Amino acid sequence: MLYASLQNSILAFQNHYFKQDSNYITLEHILNIRNVSKIYENAGHKLTVLDQINFSIQTGTTVAITGPSGSGKTTLLGLCAGLDRSSSGTVSLNGIDLDHLTEDERAAVRNRYVGFIFQNFQLLPTLTALENVMVPLELRGERNIKKHALDLLDKVGLADRSGHYPVQLSGGEQQRVSLARAFSNQPAILFADEPTGNLDAETSDKVIKLLFDLNKEAGTTLVIVTHDLDLAAKTNRMIKLKGGVVVADLELNHA
Amino acid sequence: MPELNFNIKRPINYSWLVKMAWRDSRKNRSRLLLFMSSIILGIAALVAVYSFKANLQRDIDEQAKTLTGADLIIQSRRPLSPAVTALLDTLGLHRAKEKNFVSMVYFPKGEGSRLVEVKALTGDYPFYGSIETKPVAAAKTFKKGRRALVDHTLMLQYQAKPGDSIKIGNLSFAIEGSLESVPGQTGITSMVTPVVYIPLEYLEQTGLMQLGSRIQSRYFYQYKDVSGVNSDLKRHQQLLDKEQLSYETVATKKESTSRAFKNLNQFLALSGFIALLLGCIGVGTSIQVYIKEKLGAIATLRCLGLNAKEAFLIYLIQVGVIGLLGAIAGAFLGTVLQFLLPVVLKDFIPVELSMGVSWAAIGQGLATGLVISVLFAMPSLISVRSISPLNAIRASFEEAKPRRDFLKWLVYLLIIAFVYGFTYLQMNNGMQALAFLVGIVLSFLLLIGQAKLLMVILRKMIPQRMAYVWRQGFANLYRPNNQTMLLSVAIGLSTLFIVTLYLVQGVLLNKVAVSGSETKSNMVLFDIQPAQKEPLVKLLKAEHLPVLGQVPIVTMRILEINGKTAAQYEDTTAKEPGNRTPRAFSGEIRATYQADLRPTELLTEGKWTGTTTENGTVFISLEKAYADRIKVKIGDSIVFDVQGLPLKTKVGSFRSVNWNTVQPNFRVAFPTGVLEQAPQFYVFMTNVPAAERSADLQSKVLRQFPNVSIVNLDMIVKTIENLLDKINFVIRFMAGFSMATGWIVLLSSVMSSKGQRLKESVLLRTMGASRKQIMTITGLEYLFLGFIATAAGIILALLGSWALAEFALQSNYAPELLPLLVFLFAIPLLVMLTGLYSSRSVLNQPPLQILRKES
Repeated sequence: MLYASLQNSILAFQNHYFKQDSNYITLEHILNIRNVSKIYENAGHKLTVLDQINFSIQTGTTVAITGPSGSGKTTLLGLCAGLDRSSSGTVSLNGIDLDHLTEDERAAVRNRYVGFIFQNFQLLPTLTALENVMVPLELRGERNIKKHALDLLDKVGLADRSGHYPVQLSGGEQQRVSLARAFSNQPAILFADEPTGNLDAETSDKVIKLLFDLNKEAGTTLVIVTHDLDLAAKTNRMIKLKGGVVVADLELNHA
Repeated sequence: MPELNFNIKRPINYSWLVKMAWRDSRKNRSRLLLFMSSIILGIAALVAVYSFKANLQRDIDEQAKTLTGADLIIQSRRPLSPAVTALLDTLGLHRAKEKNFVSMVYFPKGEGSRLVEVKALTGDYPFYGSIETKPVAAAKTFKKGRRALVDHTLMLQYQAKPGDSIKIGNLSFAIEGSLESVPGQTGITSMVTPVVYIPLEYLEQTGLMQLGSRIQSRYFYQYKDVSGVNSDLKRHQQLLDKEQLSYETVATKKESTSRAFKNLNQFLALSGFIALLLGCIGVGTSIQVYIKEKLGAIATLRCLGLNAKEAFLIYLIQVGVIGLLGAIAGAFLGTVLQFLLPVVLKDFIPVELSMGVSWAAIGQGLATGLVISVLFAMPSLISVRSISPLNAIRASFEEAKPRRDFLKWLVYLLIIAFVYGFTYLQMNNGMQALAFLVGIVLSFLLLIGQAKLLMVILRKMIPQRMAYVWRQGFANLYRPNNQTMLLSVAIGLSTLFIVTLYLVQGVLLNKVAVSGSETKSNMVLFDIQPAQKEPLVKLLKAEHLPVLGQVPIVTMRILEINGKTAAQYEDTTAKEPGNRTPRAFSGEIRATYQADLRPTELLTEGKWTGTTTENGTVFISLEKAYADRIKVKIGDSIVFDVQGLPLKTKVGSFRSVNWNTVQPNFRVAFPTGVLEQAPQFYVFMTNVPAAERSADLQSKVLRQFPNVSIVNLDMIVKTIENLLDKINFVIRFMAGFSMATGWIVLLSSVMSSKGQRLKESVLLRTMGASRKQIMTITGLEYLFLGFIATAAGIILALLGSWALAEFALQSNYAPELLPLLVFLFAIPLLVMLTGLYSSRSVLNQPPLQILRKES
């Protein structure tokens, strides 16, 4: 507790003095999870999905959250990314305490700092590949973004498919569009939920390589939720969940 | 809390929202088209009816003078006092006079005779508009000799030509021309009693102005301006009232004509509104399913930072635009359709209709279309705000405790207020609008309850040993993502509206149906004088025709009620509101005397006395509705003036009378033994087996007894049937909108809900289910659901139409079973076929192709 309050004070101090003039991270820890629990209540029964989780993620690092099915990985991702509210504890993203924000304010935070990659791609079916990539920037009200979006599509090797709808693309292509979309708003932190879960091995490798390359280039913090240990091994750090608690938090040395 | 270094409440970028709404609709335009089509017909019906109403009102206003043909018309059925006659000869700038009565006329050439309205005219009436004739000049020249203008339908019927002769009473007239139209007369009135014009100077010689003839005198006046009319009326009001003269001015005619069409317009607007309400159900259901399918996309956008308000606005823009497009299409169709309404209604309308585009009606239609689209889509649109971004990472995410959304309740309240407000606008009656609203809300709740009950019963009752496809088909009705509630409400309410409209139409038509069968008579002879009674019986016997009834008629007036005269009541009326008005004393009463009640009469209160009692008290029987109108109770005493002689009576009983039969019916019935010596005339009834003999008898009677009028019931029945056909057509025409909309709503509900089952069917296909098995599962689901919802709708419709018949139309209620059975089986069949049709892609395409498309 003492550590947590100290940490928060430091964060507040840093936030006060290091006013950001870009999305690039000037804070040491981009994500702070303190005593976070998630409890679902159903017909009088309480189900604790996450129990007193604590960890912080350093800016610019890559982290894997792993664990068996039902261990609470996706729930944790939802809380970290501000998609859901914790039952207790605090989630602080880029110095912003998400627990006190309304859903719309959290949406604005997501749009500003967060990128997403989903297991089932979640491209908007009625938008072309290019339009899908442009949406996060359009949401911010930015203009003249077409070139930037096309560049990103080019980086994922789909510049010639920019006018295609998701249904006209293969699974691997859809996930590549999804990568381009995730990086389009130059997020401070990128969350990837089982990014290769729906892809074959060969396509997976290509997508993962692309993900790490783009991430390195942008200097984004990357949080991957996966039960694929090979993929997890590519990150700097692996947090293992089981039964809603952190059972291991390992630094991975790639030197 | 740390400070945020960007504007967390960013301004809404509307142009991007419009762009997003456009993009988001790309793959769903056919679905949105379906939603649009459910309001098109309703709006079309409303715009057509409103335009018609606006044009009709304008035409009535513009043509009001030609409706009356004069600035002032004074009319009387009584002989006038010298003072009044003198007054009537001094009013206005120009004067004309008409005496009219109903009489038989005879066409010597075709040997045919027919009951007509004879109008004996002098002067230059009409002062406005014209009597239209063929040849045109005949309208003026017929007054120059013993000439007549004869209604064109009569001319056709008896193949008469100008120059032929027509016999009226004792006198023959040369036909000057055929009468095409008369100011203020509709096609229907001329069909019931065709008109023959003769010059007034020859009326006396026809010999028809005698006792028992109901002659009406009408005096027409032209004034310099309307102030002259008003000042004359004001000055002579007392005298006119005293002499019981009624009058009509351009203003009163305009008012009464508009009033007469108010009911028609209300009926048309309500039928249109019902089509529109069905459309609202269509909007509600299709948008609910549409939003459900958009859940994934909305959740993803929320992940990317779209806020609740923006998500809501994207779909509000879509609904608004589609609603407006639907309304525009509806308004266009309605403007085209309004040109059909006058064709359908032309026989009922006394003015020349000049149909034009009514921008007010179009504006109303557009506004209504936009409002209902948005309003009825709003419950689903509001739920967009609470779609969690977690849906993007969870296969099926449901919030543990769904939030109570007060906005949703506000929308429901607005919908209720809208339905009430709109109904009130159509009916102008708060209670009726409330009853309508309560009916709809109750039906809605009952249908929801029925759907829930059905799901509970099915969950508990499906036996495990039932064949798989049957079990699966029934289980689809309660398993997750079922559409039972949605389709039950949509099908149930559509059935309710359509069947109610059908049943009420039946009640309306029954109400005016004619039956002459009770006495098996098909010919009624009126105005038989006492001296003519015996010779006429002889004539009928010589013709071997039965005399099925001889009904005496005695004309009289009320002199006193409970010892007070009209004048005495007039003094007290002002002091005691609700008291009897002098109106009870005005008007001639045609009474009869009889020993027994007639087949069309039913004793409702008191005791019928067939003869005068020993102590001389005369117990009369009054028709209940008439007694209520003149505020008379059983036991009250009434003194009648029987053509100069006072006759004391007591009210002994009340009867209900079926006026729908073309039989002599009476408000006042006397017992035998009182009126036998009073001046009277008779009505005979007989049965003439063949049409040729009927014509033969009519000419024989007319030649011997020119004053006797003959009504051929067969012909009246045919005329009324013809009239009913026309009314029926109008009703069906409007009901057609509802039926068509109902089908579109059904189509859109079923098509919208197909997505829920498509994936399952594909999975079953993948696992090897045969085409037949899939068809049986899908077919059973829709058939069973359709059947239960239709049955519920029909039961509600029976209750609703019964209530309408009982309380609003006050008519007997006896719905026919067969059409209901047709509805009960046809609607579920249609539901099933639509369901199967919408699932055909599962049956005809490889499973993978569909899975890819759907994902």
